[in-house]
Amino acid sequence: MQIEVRMMMSRMWRVGLLSGLTLAAAPAHAFIAYVSNEKSNTVSVIDTESWTVTKTIKVGQRPRGIDFTRDGKFVMVAVGDDDTIQMIDAKTQSVVDSLPSGPDPELFAQDAAGKILYVANENDNTVTVIDLEKRARLGDIQVGVEPEGMTISPDGKTLINTSETTNMAHFIDTSSRQIVANVLVDARPRFAEFKHDASELWVSSEIGGTVSVIDPGKHEVIGKVNFEIPGLRKEAIQPVGIGMTKDDKTAFVALGPANRVAVVDTASRKVTKYLLVGQRVWHMAFTPDEKYLLTTNGVSNDVSVIDVAAQKVIKTIQVGELPWGITIAP
Amino acid sequence: MIRWLVGLIGLGLAATSALAADPVMIGVGYLGVAGARSTLSLVEQPAENDGVAGARLAIEDNNTTGKFLNQRFALEERRIKEGEDVVQAATDLAARNGFVIADLPADALLKVADALRERGTLLFNAGAIDERLREADCRANVIHTAPTRAMLADALGQYLVWKQWKRWLLVVGSHDEDKLFADALRRTATRFGAKIVQERSFEDKGGARRTDSGVTQIQRQMPVFTQQAPAYDVLVAADESEVFAAYLPYRTWDPRPVAGSAGLVARSWDAAQDQWGAIQMQNRFIKLNSRRMSALDMQAWTAVRMLGEATSRTNSGDVKKVTDFIKGPDFSVAAFKGTKLTLRDWNLQLRQPILLVDGRMVVSVSPQEGFLHQVSELDTLGYDRPESKCKLK
Repeated sequence: MQIEVRMMMSRMWRVGLLSGLTLAAAPAHAFIAYVSNEKSNTVSVIDTESWTVTKTIKVGQRPRGIDFTRDGKFVMVAVGDDDTIQMIDAKTQSVVDSLPSGPDPELFAQDAAGKILYVANENDNTVTVIDLEKRARLGDIQVGVEPEGMTISPDGKTLINTSETTNMAHFIDTSSRQIVANVLVDARPRFAEFKHDASELWVSSEIGGTVSVIDPGKHEVIGKVNFEIPGLRKEAIQPVGIGMTKDDKTAFVALGPANRVAVVDTASRKVTKYLLVGQRVWHMAFTPDEKYLLTTNGVSNDVSVIDVAAQKVIKTIQVGELPWGITIAP
Repeated sequence: MIRWLVGLIGLGLAATSALAADPVMIGVGYLGVAGARSTLSLVEQPAENDGVAGARLAIEDNNTTGKFLNQRFALEERRIKEGEDVVQAATDLAARNGFVIADLPADALLKVADALRERGTLLFNAGAIDERLREADCRANVIHTAPTRAMLADALGQYLVWKQWKRWLLVVGSHDEDKLFADALRRTATRFGAKIVQERSFEDKGGARRTDSGVTQIQRQMPVFTQQAPAYDVLVAADESEVFAAYLPYRTWDPRPVAGSAGLVARSWDAAQDQWGAIQMQNRFIKLNSRRMSALDMQAWTAVRMLGEATSRTNSGDVKKVTDFIKGPDFSVAAFKGTKLTLRDWNLQLRQPILLVDGRMVVSVSPQEGFLHQVSELDTLGYDRPESKCKLK
């Protein structure tokens, strides 16, 4: 079987060589995606050329937030019920180390240099600051009830944390590590994402059913994205993950139990299309060439592959139980 | 280095609060009855601080949020002893608190509501499940976070019907509350197409709930009590008074599951609920109170969280402003039940999913799939707008 695949691939390679033009126009980069499976206590490794799971890595209990280190050498995965963040060596694809994250880590963000990690600890209303090189804890920042969403402004000066029961986006100055502003959003803010040009911060509210668009300079909500799907009750629309294209023109929003990803035109803040994916879609990641967007569908235990340009779901890949987070090698 | 940094963060916080104006104080009263009721199961015996412990956690949650808004919540608890005047106690509590969470029997609650009406105090009914408080006896100054008997019965009934257990043997206790629960179950059966094949009543002849060798007798009595029943799928017990229902599982003459007041039970909350982020809430509760969280705790928590939600959205502690916002169309609250909770504007009852639990696990959550409604599927539980007899005043 494996031989067959290899033969097929080498044949495809030869075809590619023969038609050199095609090769240049559509370079067949293969990427590697890592998916945390909350219930299985595993991380599934997906090859984006064959669209298959190539390895399943055993990790700690309740893996959720997952991200590559900036140098691409490690995958960090928050294993909440073990109160730590584990480091997976991207070469050997096995757990090699862990970070002193504080209790019940869920999501985290790192600075541009990849030196400082900020971790949301749901159980004690804090954001923990970790030195990634020394793997040491630098301190804590007190935030609202049940911190979850984490992101850093493109200039690296502001850390955003959302707190699910306080219903705020907290703006934290990364140099002083103090909260400089709190912006009230709709109920249960789960995820925060900046536009690449830093002009807007988008925050999803799972129970509120909206995405708040915040002016990061004025610390004000300047607009909201609303969702409406015919035939679906409003309560089922629960926005969580947000993916913004590099040109900032299009945002993809995962709508949880609505089983759809909304395609949003960022200029008008209107939904242009709903893409049907797997069940209870939460998080997502683009391939670095931005050709594909991969989403984690918790209840159907799979990952949907969206062709970004065509705005179409082209594939479904079975992973472990309750897939939660996803990251793709840079 | 680490100490220096932590110190710096601490110093920063201190400086901010020193500069800030005096916080807006929001007083919340908690009015309950002294002494806990007795249950058949020792593990279900409510704690002395049942209910108020949930309110305390919500006060902490609100104060964490309040730090960022310069709002400060405080809780004042008052327990009525037998023979004490509830209106006097409520008036006293309302003198210092604009909001009062009540865990009182229906009659006492109505007296308090009427006594506090002129004052403008907003009451939350966290304990009483009586239908009449949301129907003929509804009050414009009482918001209900406790579900009603009809909501609980419908939640259970939807599941039993979904399971195709449509033939019910109904066993009813001899106290008033038992009969009210039986009424609700009969209504549910009619609504959802279940059939009560027979009704039996279990007379409370008195006697202790704790005995040294009671189990021997119970094992003989329960099979005899349930024998010669017509064919049925599930025994549904209405025993809010805790006289017999907990004795029924595994002891029925025919091998049948038990539901209602024992076996599969409908509740607003359970210590086993861990979905939709609830685990964080359960952990916070255990950390604060050194015990697990009950349905009453949750109903009180939700009431105080509704206040926190309203004070943060209105950026105000003003009783009138907060009350108007809670009763208004834009209000909703998140309470770890997978969907936003809103108020039925015709009787101020909180819409909520209901858990079906067996004492160890959450078996299901109602409304069940397929029970549809034109406004909210949550309104398939309990009395709906067209049926309501409530005129808010």
